[in-house]
Amino acid sequence: MGLLALFRRSPPSAHVAKERLRIIIQQERNARGGGPDYLPLLRRELLEVIRKYVNVDPAAVQINVEREDGQEVLEFSVALPEKAR
Amino acid sequence: MTEIIVVTSGKGGVGKTTTSASLACGLARRGKKVAVIDFDIGLRNLDLIMGCERRVVYDFVNVIQGECTLKQALIKDKRLETLYVLAASQTRDKDALSSEGVRRVFDDLTADGFEYIVCDSPAGIEKGAHLAMYFADRAVVVVNPEVSSVRDSDRILGLLSAKTLRAEQGNGQVKEHLLLTRYSPKRVATGEMMSVGDVKEILGLDVVGVVPESVDVLAASNAGIPVILNENSDVSRAYEDAVARLLGETVPLRFVDEPKKGFFARMFGG
Repeated sequence: MGLLALFRRSPPSAHVAKERLRIIIQQERNARGGGPDYLPLLRRELLEVIRKYVNVDPAAVQINVEREDGQEVLEFSVALPEKAR
Repeated sequence: MTEIIVVTSGKGGVGKTTTSASLACGLARRGKKVAVIDFDIGLRNLDLIMGCERRVVYDFVNVIQGECTLKQALIKDKRLETLYVLAASQTRDKDALSSEGVRRVFDDLTADGFEYIVCDSPAGIEKGAHLAMYFADRAVVVVNPEVSSVRDSDRILGLLSAKTLRAEQGNGQVKEHLLLTRYSPKRVATGEMMSVGDVKEILGLDVVGVVPESVDVLAASNAGIPVILNENSDVSRAYEDAVARLLGETVPLRFVDEPKKGFFARMFGG
C-alpha cells in the first residue's frame, strides 16, 4: 500500500459476502425446517391424536423449532375449525 | 474417558487433514494417547501429511472387515510416543465402512486406553462424512473465510445436530467449534476478507482457533511433518492455541490483527 491507496476506495467486498451469506444461510436453515428430522413424523402423529377429538385440517397444524440464545423452543399450533368451537 | 473429535467442513481443500494432523500431534505432545483416523476411503491422504505413507500395511477397512487386528493397523508415530495413525483404505469403495464396524474400532480404542480419537472427515456429505461425525462428542468445523466454505459448513452444522448418535439419542448436542484457516489479517483490515467476528456471527459458533494463511503449511505437507511441529511458524502457534482451547484452557486469539505499521511504511508501502 502506498500513497496512491489513500485516493482509491475499493468497495468492501467482505461486507457484501457477509450480507449474502446471512440471507442465504437463513433461507437454507428455514428450508431444513430449522429442526431435527423427526419433526415431520412428530407432526403426523400429533395430527392423528388431535383428529381423534377434533376433525382438523392437516394444513391447520403448524410445528416449528425456534432457536434463541442457544435454547431451542418447540412451537406447536393448531387452528380449530369453526364448528368445533 | 475417550473423547471423539471429528474434524469436518463440507467443502474440500479447506484444511481438514492439516488440522486433524496438527490437533492430534498437539494433543499427543501434551501426553495424551491419541489415535487419528482417516475416514476418506479411496482417497487416503492423512498418511502423507503425517509422513508415514510408507509404513501403511493394513488400513481402517482391513480392521473393520476382520482381516487384521487393530494393533496391526495402528501406525505408531516416530516423533510422538503416544500418537497413532489409522490410514484409510486406498482401493475399496466407501461402502466398506459400516457404523457397526466403526463403533467396534472405537470401542477397542477406548478399551486400549486412548484418550482422544480424531476423525479426519472426507469432504462432502456422503457416507464417509456421515460416519466420521456419527459417534463424535465434539466437532471442529474447519472454515475458510470465503462464501462457499461458510455456506457448506452451515450445512454440516445441520447434519451434526440431526445425524449423530448424540442427536438421535437426545444425549446432548455434539459440541461444535469453529476453526478458521487461511486467515489473512491484512486482507481483513482492507475489507477484502470476512473477519473472525463475521464468520462467528453468521455460523453462531465459538472460535477454537484462527490459523493464518502461510507458506509453512505447504512446506509441512511437502515434508510430511505436521505443521504444528514447525516451532518457528505462526501456524504452529495458532494450532497449539487451538489444542489448549480444546483442553479447556482460556487463550486469547493471536494472529487476527495486522501488525501496526509505522508512518513511513504506510506512506511508502511495505
